[in-house]
This record gives sequence, structure tokens and C-alpha cells, in this order.
Amino acid sequence: MGSFLARRVGQAGVLLLIVSIIGFSILHLAPGGPLSQFAATGDMTQEDLDRVARQMGLDRPLPVQYAEWLWRLLQGDWGVSYRDKQPVLRVIGSHLGATLELMLSSTLLAMMIGCWIGVLGAIRRYSVFDTLATVGAMIALSIPTFWFGLVVIYVFSVGLGWLPAGNRYTIGDGSWSDRLHHLIGPCIVLALVSTAVWSRYMRSSMLDVINHDYIRTARSKGIPERRILFQHAVRNALLPMITIAGLHLPTLLSGALVTETVFTWPGMGRLFLDSIGYRDYPTVMGILMFTAMLVLLGSLLADLLYGVADPRIRTA
Amino acid sequence: MSELDRNAKRSRLSAPSLRRREFIVLGAGALLGARSAEAETPPPPSGRRGQVIVGLSQEPTVFNPLMPGIEVDESVWMNVFNALWNPDPEGNLIPELAAEVPTVENGGISDGGLAWKVRLREGVVWHDGEPFTAEDVKFSLELINSPGFRARTRQGHSLVRDIVVKGPHEISWRMEKAYSPYLALLANTFIVPKHILGKASDPNTAAFNNAPVGTGPFRWSERVAGDHISFVANERYFLPGPYLEKAVFKYIPDLTALYAQFRTGQVDLTIGQGIPANFYEEAVKLPGRKVVANPSGNLEIIMPNLELPALSEKAVRQALYHAINKQAIIDVIYYGLHRPTESFAPKESWAYNPNLPPHSYDIAKANKLLDDAGWKRGARGIRQKNGVPLEFALSTTTGTAIREQCQQLLMQDWQQIGASMKINNMPAAVIWGEFYVRSKFQALLVGTAFRTVTDPDPATRFSSESIPVKGGSGGNYMQYVNPEVDRLLAAGQTSFDRQERTKIYHRLQEIVRDELPILPIFQYAPVEGYKEGLVGFRPNINARQNTWNMSKWYWAR
Repeated sequence: MGSFLARRVGQAGVLLLIVSIIGFSILHLAPGGPLSQFAATGDMTQEDLDRVARQMGLDRPLPVQYAEWLWRLLQGDWGVSYRDKQPVLRVIGSHLGATLELMLSSTLLAMMIGCWIGVLGAIRRYSVFDTLATVGAMIALSIPTFWFGLVVIYVFSVGLGWLPAGNRYTIGDGSWSDRLHHLIGPCIVLALVSTAVWSRYMRSSMLDVINHDYIRTARSKGIPERRILFQHAVRNALLPMITIAGLHLPTLLSGALVTETVFTWPGMGRLFLDSIGYRDYPTVMGILMFTAMLVLLGSLLADLLYGVADPRIRTA
Repeated sequence: MSELDRNAKRSRLSAPSLRRREFIVLGAGALLGARSAEAETPPPPSGRRGQVIVGLSQEPTVFNPLMPGIEVDESVWMNVFNALWNPDPEGNLIPELAAEVPTVENGGISDGGLAWKVRLREGVVWHDGEPFTAEDVKFSLELINSPGFRARTRQGHSLVRDIVVKGPHEISWRMEKAYSPYLALLANTFIVPKHILGKASDPNTAAFNNAPVGTGPFRWSERVAGDHISFVANERYFLPGPYLEKAVFKYIPDLTALYAQFRTGQVDLTIGQGIPANFYEEAVKLPGRKVVANPSGNLEIIMPNLELPALSEKAVRQALYHAINKQAIIDVIYYGLHRPTESFAPKESWAYNPNLPPHSYDIAKANKLLDDAGWKRGARGIRQKNGVPLEFALSTTTGTAIREQCQQLLMQDWQQIGASMKINNMPAAVIWGEFYVRSKFQALLVGTAFRTVTDPDPATRFSSESIPVKGGSGGNYMQYVNPEVDRLLAAGQTSFDRQERTKIYHRLQEIVRDELPILPIFQYAPVEGYKEGLVGFRPNINARQNTWNMSKWYWAR
């Protein structure tokens, strides 16, 4: 177990280094820079722009800038955001809560409904319900989120007035019920797509399981169908879901770019967009490293949990 | 990619619209309305009541008003801080921290514009209770010029010498040369507290930059990053107001979402980029909302690179200009809202020249101009002269659908005169980088302004000393060189006499209209909206954002 962990952490370190080099290069080789928006307003002269670039150290060679950034990161200093003038970790931290709230609620909702639809679709394969669920999932997967988000806003906020047209809470209120009220719209939009995904995974996993010998054995022993389903089939069918959930972890914290923008949700997705648009190098690199770490952590966790759940592949 | 486009769309300079006829009616109506409304409007409350939520499509993130920021950041600056004086909608400077605006007549400006003396207002206190003095003004001006400080701009400030504090409320300095636009630049220079920033080990990273302390009508309250900033009334403000207890700047990046929240009433106002043109007709009919097109100082122009052989000849630019169907662009693409213009100065400016020759859409005349200048039609109908084909690429920000439509119209029109235009668009962060400031473009479709803050001086855009790629400092990215223009620009900067300057700038506009270093299309009038019952909202073309007088806003009840 110990050596397994050590090996994984070692691999992760190398991967992170590669990710940082590629990320840093792409980001800096893209034309433009954090000062171009000031050039567009015309208030700053070229002399001003050159001076500020020098003061910010943007005129130094890229390898030097990268080495400095990496050296600081190794010491735990993630840098200061150009856009927000605050430490990158604090900037990321201030957006995590909103993203976690939205993604966790929509994922839980999607997992519950999706798994249920998947199980039902599998045991009543090719029934009317299964066909409807399959068609519905395809439609849900094909709907562009920004469009569906705008439709939800148009129908439920502008038309019916049932839901607020975005934001995380009413400024000055922020009570539990107010937050829940604001959560419904974006949560539905996000959950729609992931419900479709989860239901497809669950359906195929369930189909795989119910054709196994032990299910037939259980049936032949005269165990009630209900018990077979829930004690034998679903439990085993859920195993692959652990891997998928683990790989889903980064999404939980990196946010939803489009939904957060349409619903004015101040989460990580929006932060990433704003930072890219601004060419806020320290923040973009910070989010990149943070997400890369989450991906590695998620797959590690999935592997470990898999071992816990399934004795057959427990690592020695 | 669509996310990036969306972002690019957000960072473009301006947009929206309204039909021309309606606009004129609205414009006049708004003025009349403002006058008659003033007579009937309920008086301001005696105390401070209520709050206002202002919807912004860009997020203010820079709170030290002397550091590099964009227009939306100024919304915060002008409410937390004060400058020495501030321009009203008519362009007059109104004293704020200064007791009076220095002029040659009152002796504030003497020695041919080289000696400046400013008397400051007494009894002004910072939000933390410390008194405001001339030391703060001296500190602010010196900070801008201090080598390590990331000052936004040193334009004008770099000419200041020998700042002397003559008493707690009097300050004087000398200028290296006479420079009249400095008055306008100072109106955009917010004074910061010496007793706080002076103690910071590094003013670039001081805690102050995220919790500003000013003298302005509103005190900083809190910021939820990526969401909103709230302010509370400054009870000790030295001018009348503020009448609101609280103000909130809400960041809503998507313009459609911003409009939806304006409709549902989650935001009380939407300013700046405001309401997208396609929602205009619906917006004016909304009950309980007032929707107005407010002219801004920004122009939509085509900026040719004059070093490109095909575009360096005046006759070519004149022909291209004649072949632009301006009215079609404004009516069809921009919903008829914006006003066509011939000048680089906004129509509201005192320096605006109303007698410039009007543009006519005339393909035959354009063709004749090119024929006369020796541009012969060659292969594929594209004109040539001395081996140079009349070909160029027109670039603008990707994702701005409205500008892309405009490019297509231009392409079709110019095809008819044998000019071949290609489209080469890029994301905002790319196009406004080296490509723009190092004059690597062939031609740009851009919304920008040609003045020094609110002063009509366009030297940084037209002077031959302002071409960065030729070692100059400024924003003459089209690389325009004209000795007479240089002379006029210099004369305009040294004169403090408005009549004399008006004459200079009228002549300048005639030359620019004739030589067309920029091809003006229209002056922007973005659509802004607010809830009925909000009293005191007053558009100001000389302010960067229409939150300039938020201290005078209140709710009629």
C-alpha cells in the first residue's frame, strides 16, 4: 500500500511539472498580454505601457519568468493575481464555495435520478420507459447549455417570475431559503446534462451485471427478485460508478464555464474565463495547477476506494 | 472557443442602438424631460435612504485610482475618491477638492502656463476621519512620478516640477512646458491619502489597494470577488448628498443575462455597455423602466495603417470613404441608433466643428477618384498602381457579430470600386496587444476616442511624435504624419484660451476630414436603462461612466 502510494505521488509530481511547462508556454506564446486591454482604452501612452510591463517583469525572457514562478510555487507562493491584486490561492478560495455549492447539488441530483433511470432502463430493457429514457438522454446531451440556461431564465424568471434570473443570492439577504431559491435554475440546467450521462453509464453497467452467472444462481435459489436486484445487481453495478465519480471530482471544483456565466454565478468557471480574457497569468496557471492536482487526486481516490469496495482488486 | 468569444465580446469598447429618428426625438426629449422633471421631481430626502444596485458587464478590480484600470474601475474611483475638479455634462470643470479651478483670469495659471497655483477646499476629511490637506495632493502627484510605482499614466504629470505646499490648503507647482490639457487630466486624477499610502512599504501591493479610503461620497464596504462590491454613504461628505444609504455594483458578465436581470428588477440600472441593440425595442416598452440612448465620446472608425502602400495614398482613403454605405451600416446593423459623424471629436465637445463636408455614399465618385489617381483595374477586377494591388485585411475583435456584419457590408461595397478587403479577426487580448500598438495591422474596425480624457486635444493620436513603432510615445497607431497637424497640436496644447483653441481644433478637424487618417463611421450612443422612481440619474458624456453623480441619486417615495 505504502509503495503504491509513493509511486503514484512520484508519477503525479512529474505529470504536474509537464502540465506546468506546457500550460506556461501556451499561455505566454499566445499573442497579447495583460496590458493589451489598457492599450485598447487609449488612456495609457506607449511609454506608460512599456514602463508598467517593465515594472511587472513582463519584459524578461520566458524561461526566467517560468523558473521564478516555479521556484515560488515550490515554496508555497502561488503568486499574486494581476486582475484581482490578491494572492492567487485566496482568489481561487473565494470562488470555490460558489462552485462547490452548485456542482455538488447538481451532481447529487443528477446521480440519484440518473442511476435510478439507468437501473430501471436496464431491467426493463427495450420497454417504452427505456426507449423514452434513451431518446431523452440523447436530447439532453445535445442541448447547448447556454441556450437551455437562457430558456430557463426566459420561462421561469422573465415569464413566470418564479425564479430569480441568476445570481447566488439577493444582495443584503443571503438567507438559507434565498440561496436555495437562486440555486434551482442553474442546478436544473447542469443536472439535466449529467443526469443523461449518469443514466447511460448506470444502464450499461447494470446490463453487464444482470447477465452474470451469480444473478442466475441467485434466481435459481429462489431469492425474491427485489433482493436480487438491490443486494446483488445494483451493488455490483455501482462499482464502476466509483471510478466515474472519482474522475468527476475535478469538475466539481473547476466549475461550469457556461452555466456560471449565464446565471451570473461567481464560481471557478467564471474566474477562469475572466482570467483568460485578462491574460492574468498567475491566476490561470494557479487554476491550471489546481485542476491538474484534482484530476490526479480524483483518480488516486477512485483507485483506493475501488479497493475498499471490491475485495478482489484490493492492492497488496 | 465559444467561451473565449464571449469574453472577447465583453471586452470590446461599446455597442448598442436605436432608430435614428427615434434617437433624435429621444435625445431632445431626454433633455426636455430632464428640465421639466427637475421642476416636478420630489425633493431629496433629508436623511439617507435606500440602496441602488448598478449592473455592470465588466468587473471593477482596480481600486487604487492611480494604477492601470479600465473605464469600469473608474465607477468605483469617482465614488470613493475625489479629483481636484470634475467636468459636468456641458464640459465645465466644477471644483471638488479644489476651492476653485485655476485659470489665467483668476491667477491660478500664470507665467504663460508654466506656474500653477491651486487653493483647496477646507474642512474635507478622509473616510477614516483624518483631515485632507495639500500634502495629500503633493503626495499623489509625486507618487505618480515615483520610479517604482505602477502608475496608470504619467501623461501631463511628468511635466510637473517643484511642487510646493504653501499651507494646509494651498499648493503650487511649475510645468516644464505650457500644457492646457493638464486641467482635464487632473480631473481624472484622484487624490489618495498620504497618511495611509505614504506608510505602505510598497504602494503597488498595499492593503489599501483592496480596501480604498477616499474622500468621496461613498465609503468602501465589502467586495465579493466575481460578484459585487458594496458601498455605504459617507456621512461626512463635503458636498450635498449622498442621499442613498447603500450602493452596490453588481457584476453580470453576460449582456443578455444583465438585460434579463434589469427586466426582472434584480438590478436597478444598467449602464456602460448597457442594453444590447437587439433588445432595444422591447426595452423601451418595459413598464416601470426608463431606457435612454446616451451619447458617448467613443467613435466607430476604420483605422488604416498609413504605412501600408495600398492605404498610404489620400485618394485611396477618400475613395474607400465614399464607398462606405454609412447609413446602411447604422440603420441595418446598428438598429439605426448611432449618429454618423465626420469628426474625431464628439458632437457635444466645445471644439466640435459642425461645418465639415458631409459624407456621401457615391460609388461612381469613388471609382473616379481611383481612376484619376492612376489605380487601374487588373486581374479579378482588383485595382493596381505601380505593381501595388489595392488589397488589405480589415481586423476586429472576434465574436462581435455586429462588427462582423459591418465587415461584410464594407467588403461588398469596396468590391464595387476594385478594392479587395479580407477579414482577419482576432480575440480581444490578441488584437489590442502588439498587433495594435506596434502597428502590425493593415486596417482595423475599432471603437475608440480621440481626445485627452475630456479635453479635445488629440495629440497622442495624431502627432508624429506619438507613433510607438517609430520610437514615439502615444497612440498614433495609424502612423499619421503631417507637419501642419503637428504645429496645430502644439499650439492647441500651449493655449489656455478656449476661443483660440476652438479655432485650432476646427482647422485640425478640416485637415483630418480631408486626409482621412481615420475613416469615421459614427459616434456611439449606448442604451442605458434605470428604474422609474430613481431621481438624479444624469448622463454625462464627459464622465467615464454615468455613475459620476451617484451622490445625487435618490428614490422618489
